Amino acid sequence: MDIPDKDLLAPGHRGCAGCGASIAVKLALNALGKNTVAISATGCLEVMTTPYPETSWEVPFIHVAFENSGAVASGVESALRIQGKDDVNVVAFGGDGGTVDIGLQSLSGAMERGHNMLYICYDNEAYMNTGIQRSGATPYGASTTTSPKGTASFGEDKPKKNMPMIMAAHGIPYVATASIAYPEDYVKKVKKAAETKGPAYIHLQQPCTTGWGFPSEKTIEMGRLAVETGSWILYEIDHGNFEITFRPEERRPVKDYLSTQKRFKHLDEEHIEKIQKYVDAECKELGL
Amino acid sequence: MVSIGCVIKTPGNSRNNKTGSWRTFKPILDKEKCIDCDNCIIFCPDSSVNKQHDIDYDYCKGCGICANECPSDAIEMVKE
Ligand SMILES: Cc1ncc(C[n+]2csc(CCOP(=O)(O)OP(=O)(O)O)c2C)c(N)n1
Ligand code: SF4
Ligand code: SF4
Ligand code: SF4
Ligand SMILES: [Mg+2]
Repeated sequence: MDIPDKDLLAPGHRGCAGCGASIAVKLALNALGKNTVAISATGCLEVMTTPYPETSWEVPFIHVAFENSGAVASGVESALRIQGKDDVNVVAFGGDGGTVDIGLQSLSGAMERGHNMLYICYDNEAYMNTGIQRSGATPYGASTTTSPKGTASFGEDKPKKNMPMIMAAHGIPYVATASIAYPEDYVKKVKKAAETKGPAYIHLQQPCTTGWGFPSEKTIEMGRLAVETGSWILYEIDHGNFEITFRPEERRPVKDYLSTQKRFKHLDEEHIEKIQKYVDAECKELGL
Repeated sequence: MVSIGCVIKTPGNSRNNKTGSWRTFKPILDKEKCIDCDNCIIFCPDSSVNKQHDIDYDYCKGCGICANECPSDAIEMVKE
């Protein structure tokens, strides 16, 4: 993989030690290069990289409200196009809360209008910045502060919203899933998305040490476990062509993934079995 | 004074904030054992490993990802 002399996301940011969101953005910006404008909704990423008067961004960056990064990115793209600046990458980053819940309508509109932009959802599977509240992307069984484990609840009681397929249903030219634990696959997809004419969407799984409850050194290991167990599947849909981009040699039981995180530690055999069935069904559907 | 629109005109000036002070464990990299896979560079959340595999302790928060992802055990985490 190409290593730049200087990363386009500067250190000194306030992300937790071992934060996967900064790895996600660093790799994306390095792949896109200097000729990029970035937009981000409120969330961990924005809060940790831009405590006024400091910024970690080495490219032009706009912080927008929680619900409108799709709309602002389309405005930026239109303004650049009208000025004849067709060679600038426009990338929007949104957390899972900012993407699958609150920013969904503005993102849907941007995709529908066909703007030449890339949207990357960095999915840490809850509203982390405000203290680990569940989002539509929180997986079944996960304990969060608004879906807490206890006598009356076993954690989140709904399966994860299938956001990449919602984006694919918009008929946009490029949709992919990715993981920070597979940087080559991820970077390849970012570059492909940037080269695509029209809207592109990447749904990136980003393990979060604080919100998921695992030691800081295991951020990448956790991402690998998600993929090796089939809990997160790496694929792309390039102009309608669906392809799995990474196949684990042998799919490990989901228990190996669940048992290493505090958010799932409370689950009994019955719930683990149910999650295994969800994962098996998803893998079967996608041909993994 | 706060600028109009809270515009910041100094890209990357979060470098002023030396996050190395957060560290409780320190990665020590043994270049003799290194096989140049670059995992420690690629996965560092705080851009604290350069191309020559020197660690920048001004920013390294001591998360331990580099040590965990090193295939040749070239990085050891020692208590500060
Ligand atoms: C309209 C609106 N509602 C609520 C908030 C408070 N808020 C700020 S960040 C955040 C959570 C963001 O979650 P997510 O998008 O998943 O990003 P993460 O922090 O997990 O990276 C919330 C609820 C807000 N800024 N604006
Ligand atoms: S809570 Fe999670 S996503 Fe937010 S800064 Fe910490 S590790 Fe990163
Ligand atoms: S311990 Fe963490 S912050 Fe320090 S160099 Fe290793 S990966 Fe980077
Ligand atoms: S991860 Fe280990 S082997 Fe790879 S470059 Fe770093 S020190 Fe060398
Ligand atoms: Mg989130």
